[in-house]
Amino acid sequence: MTIKASSVPQQVIPLAIIFAAGITGLLVIRHFLVPDTFGEHGHYRADAVDEIAALPVSYAGYQACVDCHDDIFTAKQSSFHKGLSCETCHGPAGQHVEDQDKFKPAKPHGREFCILCHGYNVSRPSGFPQILPNMHNPGKACVGCHDPHKPTTPRPPGDCSACHAGIANQKAVSHHTDLQCNTCHEVPKDHITQPRLSRAEKPTSRDICGKCHGKDATGGIEEAPRIDMASHGGRYMCWDCHYPHDPEATK
Amino acid sequence: MSPKQPSMERRDFLDSMARRLPVWMFFLSAFSPENLLAQSDSATEPPPGYDPTKHNYAMGVDIHKCIGCGRCADACKNENHVPREPFFYRTWVERYICPPEGDAIVDSPNGGIDGFPEYKGDKEVLRTYFVPKLCNHCENAPCVQVCPVGATFVSRDGVVLVDESYCVGCRYCIQACPYGARYLHPETKTADKCTFCYHRITKGLLPACVEVCPTQTRVFGEAGHRSSPIWRFMRFGNVTVLKAYLNTKPKVYYSGADMEVR
Amino acid sequence: MDLHAVTQAAAEMPHVTGYMYPNEAELHWSILIVIYPYLTGLVAGAFILASLERVFNVRVLQPVYRLSLLTALSFLLIAPLPLLAHLGKPERSYEMFLTPHSESAMAMFGFVYAWYLMVVLLLEIWFDYRRNFIEWSKTKKAALTRLMYKVLSLGTTDVSEKALKFDDKVGRIITIIGIPSAFLLHGYVGFIFGSVKANPWWSSVLMPIVFLFSAIVSGIAMVLLIYMVTSMFRVKEISMPCLNRLAELLFYALIVDFSLELLDFIQRLYESEESIHILSDMISSRLFISLIVTQIMLGTLLPIFSIAMARFGRFPDEMKRVTYLFAALLVQLGIFSTRWNVVIGGQLFSKSLRGLTTYKLDVFGLEGILVSGVLLITPFIILAVLSRILPPWMESGHRAST
Repeated sequence: MTIKASSVPQQVIPLAIIFAAGITGLLVIRHFLVPDTFGEHGHYRADAVDEIAALPVSYAGYQACVDCHDDIFTAKQSSFHKGLSCETCHGPAGQHVEDQDKFKPAKPHGREFCILCHGYNVSRPSGFPQILPNMHNPGKACVGCHDPHKPTTPRPPGDCSACHAGIANQKAVSHHTDLQCNTCHEVPKDHITQPRLSRAEKPTSRDICGKCHGKDATGGIEEAPRIDMASHGGRYMCWDCHYPHDPEATK
Repeated sequence: MSPKQPSMERRDFLDSMARRLPVWMFFLSAFSPENLLAQSDSATEPPPGYDPTKHNYAMGVDIHKCIGCGRCADACKNENHVPREPFFYRTWVERYICPPEGDAIVDSPNGGIDGFPEYKGDKEVLRTYFVPKLCNHCENAPCVQVCPVGATFVSRDGVVLVDESYCVGCRYCIQACPYGARYLHPETKTADKCTFCYHRITKGLLPACVEVCPTQTRVFGEAGHRSSPIWRFMRFGNVTVLKAYLNTKPKVYYSGADMEVR
Repeated sequence: MDLHAVTQAAAEMPHVTGYMYPNEAELHWSILIVIYPYLTGLVAGAFILASLERVFNVRVLQPVYRLSLLTALSFLLIAPLPLLAHLGKPERSYEMFLTPHSESAMAMFGFVYAWYLMVVLLLEIWFDYRRNFIEWSKTKKAALTRLMYKVLSLGTTDVSEKALKFDDKVGRIITIIGIPSAFLLHGYVGFIFGSVKANPWWSSVLMPIVFLFSAIVSGIAMVLLIYMVTSMFRVKEISMPCLNRLAELLFYALIVDFSLELLDFIQRLYESEESIHILSDMISSRLFISLIVTQIMLGTLLPIFSIAMARFGRFPDEMKRVTYLFAALLVQLGIFSTRWNVVIGGQLFSKSLRGLTTYKLDVFGLEGILVSGVLLITPFIILAVLSRILPPWMESGHRAST
């Protein structure tokens, strides 16, 4: 050491000692307190990942259900509910897998649960089967008529509105209220029982509108707005501009 | 290496790794992950047979399919013990009602768990749909960036997790999340959010919300794996992410989200 | 608005208008987080004022030099308490020192704070008072008091010309380091908010600079207040040149601060991004009182005009003093409102940009008005105690000799 003690100002010495002690103390404490696995895979405690991965499972997953209830599963797989997991309706069944006698999964009985999906709501995709709970057999439990594992209706729906409630509601208050669905749509007989396999046709030509709205049309009511089919709208289809289920009121 | 290096750097790094592949192959034959894991500390070992480096999870949400039944939000509360009261959610369903003019009307009563009341407004409905929301598990996660202590992080399998026993509860991550996906758990007093049901997916199960979704609105799988449902979703869907301009690089992809969804 | 009608009908949370993400309905950062930047702002401002005298040799400010340092110290000691009280798990706060996340602005808090407290403020005060400690440890009457000063002097005894020169030199160096440190301390608090890209109300490059200048404003006004009030109690003549200079500095700082805030405001309005609608909704409803009335009108414009009139007009000294006191009080109100508008305002609107929520301030409880009041008053009590132990009054002999 070439620095003489006297050449260092007196006041630096206690300060240096305090700072050195403080920093050393902190480093020592830090060494003991930092969790063991911190920084192993990144700036976090690697053990935390395993702790989270080890959390208990509540929903067993449909595979676990199939192990015992394969009969119900097979039936369900050919029905409209084939995409549903068992626990969507029966609730978390992890405990039931652990101990079949002690814990029984829920069986929703009332109407409320089914209505969560099948009650009419304008925001649902059209074509999704929906009912108006107030009109559709009020007070009766859904399971009285529909088997949830094979929910096809016991008798085919009598009316298109059973499934296409959104469109039906809109049409009901529009100028087209008196038109039947099959005035414009060609509906195969099987569409009622197998809606996705045999689809209803949509019109492909302007003539179908022209039957009522053409200049010299004879179909439909007298008040129907008339246009010259040859000059009106050019090469566009009518429904490119007009919405047939709720045509605009202005002439 | 920190899990959230800017992607350019990571890409460069991967490129240089790839160029040295033959050398790596030689080393890997001696130090294969299995060999290394066998020697590592048993406390930090992943669940048996699970290798986080081989996974990269992602979720797809198809808005056209969602019926707003709220089963996902309900199942999430069951599975993850999210408090029923007052109003915290790891996932929730929003309803958008777009009138012909003006802003969309959005609501999410009880996260959609009890269904949605009939729309009684006086505006005409032009478009309307449901949008399930959850943590986007951003690759470039702002919540991870701001955490002062390293209590939230992107795991090696691409999931953003919270270390409940290390979080100090400062709530900076909650402020930094652009999607409102985080909340302070009223019991643990620590930040909480969706984990993609990490405890399920590491066991080969689906996240609870995906498991119960009746219409397959939600699909889950490995990003970039041909055999994963995500592959098909990404290929055929009109796919976007939420708030892409924030450069968070979400791992939750939306199909059919229009301009109102944010 | 129809938007409101629907969600009100849902009656989920009556205090929300429009749509908030469910997790957003409740504010996550409360009044405690309003107090924190307010306190650190006072620290930074008071220190910068002290450094003016020390580094830039603004001699007229000498009467408030030590007072500024002690004010800074008193507020700095309390500054971390609101943060600590607000943590969900305060007992884990030490983790910020154990495993600070290098990418997190908040992780640096512990280090910036420790640096500022230990390396800047305490050292500067110690070097400035060392000579007095030694003197008092010999001359004070009570033995216990003498012992206390002995301990405070850390056992040093050297009061030679050379040693005092060394004290002065080190003090000056520390102050020079201290200025950027004060900028860092508060600019960094601004960065905590300004760097949150998810929040359009916060996300702004100007945030750290606006925070800094509002800090200088609040610090000068606070020292001015304390100087006037303590002089009154001690029945001492107030140094009018010093007071005038303080008011002048306050005036300039206010002008710069207001210009910066105006620039930020105009920029937002002109860019008119996606968020502009919800932000203007918020300003005209939820933030009207605290932003337009208390922050801008009462807290900025009125003090600017009154100081300008008093300082540059031909007012009698008595009148000037009253005006300064009045202006400094209003500035405190204004700066507190500024902090409120940043912290609370940034959480009142939804990040979906579709709705507004309300903040309900409790009276009792950890995050209530009472605790906040205590946190705001404690620094003054500390200052009162400190000024007994370390009398800051310059009449009691200072390095005027040098």
